Amino acid sequence: MDVKMVLKLAFKGIIANKMRTFLTMLGIIIGVSAVIILVALAQGTTQSVTESIESMGTNLITVTITGRGTDTTLSYDEVMKFSEKEGVSGISPVVSGNVTAKYGNNSTSVSLEGVDSNYETVRNHSVQTGRFIKNLDVEYRNKIVILGTEVVDEIFNGINPVGKDLQINGTKFKVVGVLEKKGSSMGGSNDEKILTPISTAQRFLKSTGVKNFYIQAKSSDEVEIVENQTEISLLKKFENDDDSYRIFNQSEMLSTMDDVTKNMTLMLGGIAAISLLVGGIGIMNIMLVSVTERTKEIGIRKAIGAKRKDILNQFLLESAVISGLGGIVGILTGIGGSSLLTVLVGLNTSISITILIISFGFSLVVGVFFGMYPANKASKLEPVDALRFE
Amino acid sequence: MINLKDITKIYKTGKIEFKALKGVSLNVDKGDFLSIIGPSGSGKSTFMNIIGCLDVPTDGEYYFEDTDISKYSKNALAEIRNKKIGFIFQKFNLLTKLSAFENVELPLIYRGVDTKKRHKKVKKALENVGLYKHKDHKPTELSGGQQQRVAIARALVAKPPLILADEPTGNLDSKSEEEVMDIIKNLHRKGSTIVLITHDLEVAKNADRMISIKDGMIYDERMK
Repeated sequence: MDVKMVLKLAFKGIIANKMRTFLTMLGIIIGVSAVIILVALAQGTTQSVTESIESMGTNLITVTITGRGTDTTLSYDEVMKFSEKEGVSGISPVVSGNVTAKYGNNSTSVSLEGVDSNYETVRNHSVQTGRFIKNLDVEYRNKIVILGTEVVDEIFNGINPVGKDLQINGTKFKVVGVLEKKGSSMGGSNDEKILTPISTAQRFLKSTGVKNFYIQAKSSDEVEIVENQTEISLLKKFENDDDSYRIFNQSEMLSTMDDVTKNMTLMLGGIAAISLLVGGIGIMNIMLVSVTERTKEIGIRKAIGAKRKDILNQFLLESAVISGLGGIVGILTGIGGSSLLTVLVGLNTSISITILIISFGFSLVVGVFFGMYPANKASKLEPVDALRFE
Repeated sequence: MINLKDITKIYKTGKIEFKALKGVSLNVDKGDFLSIIGPSGSGKSTFMNIIGCLDVPTDGEYYFEDTDISKYSKNALAEIRNKKIGFIFQKFNLLTKLSAFENVELPLIYRGVDTKKRHKKVKKALENVGLYKHKDHKPTELSGGQQQRVAIARALVAKPPLILADEPTGNLDSKSEEEVMDIIKNLHRKGSTIVLITHDLEVAKNADRMISIKDGMIYDERMK
């Protein structure tokens, strides 16, 4: 018996009971779309978290000095010595403090960060208009600032700030640039800050020491080496007190994040898979009813020469078609549902082809598996008994 | 053509045994037109099921074209039903969801005949019973007589050597009954072997040979 004909018969059986078939499919549709939407959500979240960690700069090591006794900072030169170490491609020291910035009648309290030209590459954060801090600015302690986008929004009211004068704690600074918008990551907003040359900040904030600096490794393989070297130097400096500094490795963070989100994906996918399983049981239920209802039909088919295999194939295919169609509709619903979540609620979703294939395959397997028992039951009916059935 | 020797059939329900057939022997030659008559409960339905390979005898031998098939597997019997026997039932037994054409096509599908040949044969079979113009109708859209003619087309489409008709006119009005009997008689004239099971003496008299069954045994046999 050829496949085309079996398929045709399966479709006929399905069309004959539209409502019932649809309700049966609903279980599969909900299961498949739940798998797709939940996994898309989990993967979308992973992606956005990963992106925001990576946006801080690649192969980045962050060092924060808390200090020991009176020795609470490193000097600028001490920090810059780290750049001579093997595997380091750039280093960016930061001197920071809180200031009040004022333009016209608007003012805001904001963090002022003294940085040098390396900051742009190490932190992967450059300007959208104007220019970044140059070596000359550091050398001459120029009173210039670069603003984060939130600062611009707060006190400039839509005026282009480049070229304007900004009052910081009563001192005049010239705005030379505006930073790219970055959004927030761990440790708060990246857009609510003002950058100034490090030498200017040291004098202005009356603090010459560096509490924070960023080290960029040449490649991800060298991150660990650089981290270890940094640790050794700092231990030496602070007399083996490892509480006096914190080293934060971005790739470690990423891999932790990865583990967490992988578990989250598995868990959400697993929950959704259970609903798919329940849908499968629904198929078995309906197919069993269908076999009883169609006992006479099975008898007729057997009387005119259908073998066990033919009947088995017919019913198996029917449940496979139900679950397959349900799978396709479920995939469409899942894709639609996830984009709706993105558009309406603003959640990050990411659908991979893999999960589409897996969930469709799983729905087919569920259909065939749960169709097996009813199909087997149908195929074993005795023609005489089945014919007598009314 | 078929030769049954000392066929018995015992039904068991729990501990109670019921002997439906108590040693029946029958020989049907090629081209015979035989009728089996008997009241309900006589065992004639059981006998017809065994002749039709729908059921297997408890004991005895069944030679179909000189092969003993009494110990055949279910699949092998399905193949015999498909290739060697054309069934005409009292209640037509058409599949209600399929059109007349598809109903007639079904035995050929199970036989694995390719589409082109299949369609040619179905067309011819439907033309033979004068229903080709109704080929797309569902059984429920046809009269009882037309339904039975579709069923006959289905029985004949695979050109089986044996045609088994179980009360073929039982559910028909007298005009349709005549039509259907004419088709069957015509088949016989063209050389088909026909076994007709009925409780109606008038219908049974159409056959050349008439066998009466009672209490699971043949008690009378007469020729026309």
